[in-house]
Amino acid sequence: MITTWTYFWWVILPYVAMAIFVIGHIWRWRYDRFGWTSYSTELQERRWLKWGSPLFHYGTFAAIAGHVIGILVPKRWIDAIGIPEHPYHLFAAAAGLLAAALVIAGMVILAARRLFSPRVRATTSPVDWVALILLGISVVLGIVTTAINAPLAHEYRDTISEWFRGLFAGTPDVAVALRAPAIFQIHAIVAWVLFLLWPFTRLVHAWSYPLWYLWRPYVVYRSRRPVRPAEPGTSGRRWRRIGVPY
Amino acid sequence: MRPMAQVAMVMNLDKCIGCHTCSVTCKQTWTNRPGTEYVYFNNVETKPGVGYPKRYEDQQQWKGGWTLDRKGRLQLRAGGRLRRLLSIFWNPDLPSIDDYGDPWTYDYQTLLAAPLGTYTPSAHSISALTGRDMRVQWGSNWDDDLAGGPDHAAADPDLAGLADQVKLAFEQVFMFYLPRICEHCLNPSCVASCPSGAMYKRDEDGIVLVDQDRCRGWRFCVSGCPYKKVYFNHRTGKAEKCTLCYPRIEAGQPTICSETCVGRLRYLGVFLYDADAVLPAAATADPQELYQAQLSVFLDPDDPAVAAEAARHGIPDDWIDAARRSPVYALAVRHRVALPLHPEYRTMPMVWYVPPLSPVADVVSAAGYDENDPDQVFAAIDALRIPAEYLANLFTAGAVEPVQQVLRKLAAVRSMMRSHQLGQPWDAGLAAAVGASPADLADLFRLLAIAKYSERYVIPLAHEEDAGSLAAQHEQLFSQCSLDGEGGPGMGGQGPPSSVASFHPGTQAAGQTFRDAGGQVRFNLLGWDGSGDAPHLFPEGGTP
Repeated sequence: MITTWTYFWWVILPYVAMAIFVIGHIWRWRYDRFGWTSYSTELQERRWLKWGSPLFHYGTFAAIAGHVIGILVPKRWIDAIGIPEHPYHLFAAAAGLLAAALVIAGMVILAARRLFSPRVRATTSPVDWVALILLGISVVLGIVTTAINAPLAHEYRDTISEWFRGLFAGTPDVAVALRAPAIFQIHAIVAWVLFLLWPFTRLVHAWSYPLWYLWRPYVVYRSRRPVRPAEPGTSGRRWRRIGVPY
Repeated sequence: MRPMAQVAMVMNLDKCIGCHTCSVTCKQTWTNRPGTEYVYFNNVETKPGVGYPKRYEDQQQWKGGWTLDRKGRLQLRAGGRLRRLLSIFWNPDLPSIDDYGDPWTYDYQTLLAAPLGTYTPSAHSISALTGRDMRVQWGSNWDDDLAGGPDHAAADPDLAGLADQVKLAFEQVFMFYLPRICEHCLNPSCVASCPSGAMYKRDEDGIVLVDQDRCRGWRFCVSGCPYKKVYFNHRTGKAEKCTLCYPRIEAGQPTICSETCVGRLRYLGVFLYDADAVLPAAATADPQELYQAQLSVFLDPDDPAVAAEAARHGIPDDWIDAARRSPVYALAVRHRVALPLHPEYRTMPMVWYVPPLSPVADVVSAAGYDENDPDQVFAAIDALRIPAEYLANLFTAGAVEPVQQVLRKLAAVRSMMRSHQLGQPWDAGLAAAVGASPADLADLFRLLAIAKYSERYVIPLAHEEDAGSLAAQHEQLFSQCSLDGEGGPGMGGQGPPSSVASFHPGTQAAGQTFRDAGGQVRFNLLGWDGSGDAPHLFPEGGTP
């Protein structure tokens, strides 16, 4: 049944979260680049991190890829390349459960060391607790969703996905979202809260994965010559090959 | 040829008494903050010894610096770029805090506030990482002055291949101090390892710095540096390193470690080098030839062609002039008495060391030679395998000959000056034997023994006539200096206040009012605690 609250959860919250997500990142980048870091605790504890961190991060990459395929790619595109629903669902369930296993294994290890290693626990600020607990809830809900849906085989590409893409088209269809099982709905709402808080937490380090390191010159030179510094928030080449004039 | 300038340091190890004044003043200046308790931009190690962090010189273990691949090309020892990106979630080569030592403090309050009683109160150690009680097991300079020598010093990676003779040497107590700062390398592997591009080498003076706003805490600089002189601030999650006190260098002042060195053993000056020659020199196949290769990249500032080319590349005249008077160039290149630390890491380190003659001379005396007879000393220097080979492992990738040449030259200086002081005849052939003229030896004596302040530090002023104003304008417009932030290295950050009670707004009655630009007395509302009077809060009636 569509009520005012329906619009709050499925229209207002997503748009508010998106706005805060974008503006929050701009604000964080302009005012707190010094705080923009991964806050690694490998110096303090490295035995458990060796397993927990790669498991969690690579598992998360797999999970993100799954979300992109399932939510952002329209069903008719997948149909168009000739993949019927049943094999698609089998693959999604299998790959999803594998990713879920990686993520949950990594998260259990990471959570254990954060809770029980005094050195790591001491580095955890209140906002870290909020972010990590929320992330944990979101991940657990996602895994439960995947597990429940493996036998249930709800075609989320006709419900949640349609609604999600509708948000970006400016025409969110709350009715289709409500057709999804409750666990999908809760997972989606928790995810929006996570996105809302994202810019103010350590999660911002996700945007700093340094891919461009692959084709950067090894040794970076910088000059103190009177070059007006690039204004915050604007891009601009900040390094150059040695010997190349400005 | 592409000349560039590099501010470099030479340390005369003969004069180091291991007093740690440099470490203390450096720490007070740069790393007396939460998060950097274990960070020593400057530290002094006893050699033989394991170093800080433990066994940092063992690159088989830590994979710092560069190596050559099968085709003879330079490659980071930790592997290629892709490998680094894939191991970004767990760096396999990062030392743990236990390799440095869990930083600790004491609860001094239990001593100060202890009631009168029978027992003497004691302050137990508290971990700076967790705030809990801890048992101290390791820390910086744990093996100072060979403390626990048989256990710890034997783990010194520089003793590789000398193990059987070392026990003998210990009975003769062969030991010296090695002060270490960042090497500000010409081919810095930390900069090459940084995935974020936050680390950079400055064009003008070659100082290697970390941009605190761009660092994302990926930690590869820490493991990439073979000298382990980049540290991870566990509070801010960012890398920090020795800055060569760049604000002082820019102002023509020596670094704080140099300024406060009681032995006056540090020298600061400018090298001119050919930037195009650095990578080919670093890729020299034989590690033992790296010392010579490193010397070959330097340009002679007295050569008019070099000076002209340097000027053409924008090096200011006063910098070229400073390069001519550079004590660093004199000791490392002209007289060849200063050697680089571990050239085999292929980073082209720019902190050089005059190897210590004194421990060698001590061993010579102990072995029954007459130290005062230079011929005997020469023979002894050649005969003494252990100190020379040990020093060679430190400074020349194991090549003994360059170390022996330096030691002979230092012995010749002593011999010449002794004869001179005592009015005895001196065999000038001794100078020729070490490849120097008597004038060279006299010059060395003046540099090493007299060591005038103005001759030890020849630091040209930075040219920032325009850059400064632009930067200031930029900061005013857009942001405050991020280094001054909470926990930042700009001395603004002292961590959170221990309690609200330590912050008392408005407790000072005086200074609550001030006179504004118009001459009117006003009330300082910001400093008011809300109680008591607020004189002059509102404009007085009548005209000001």
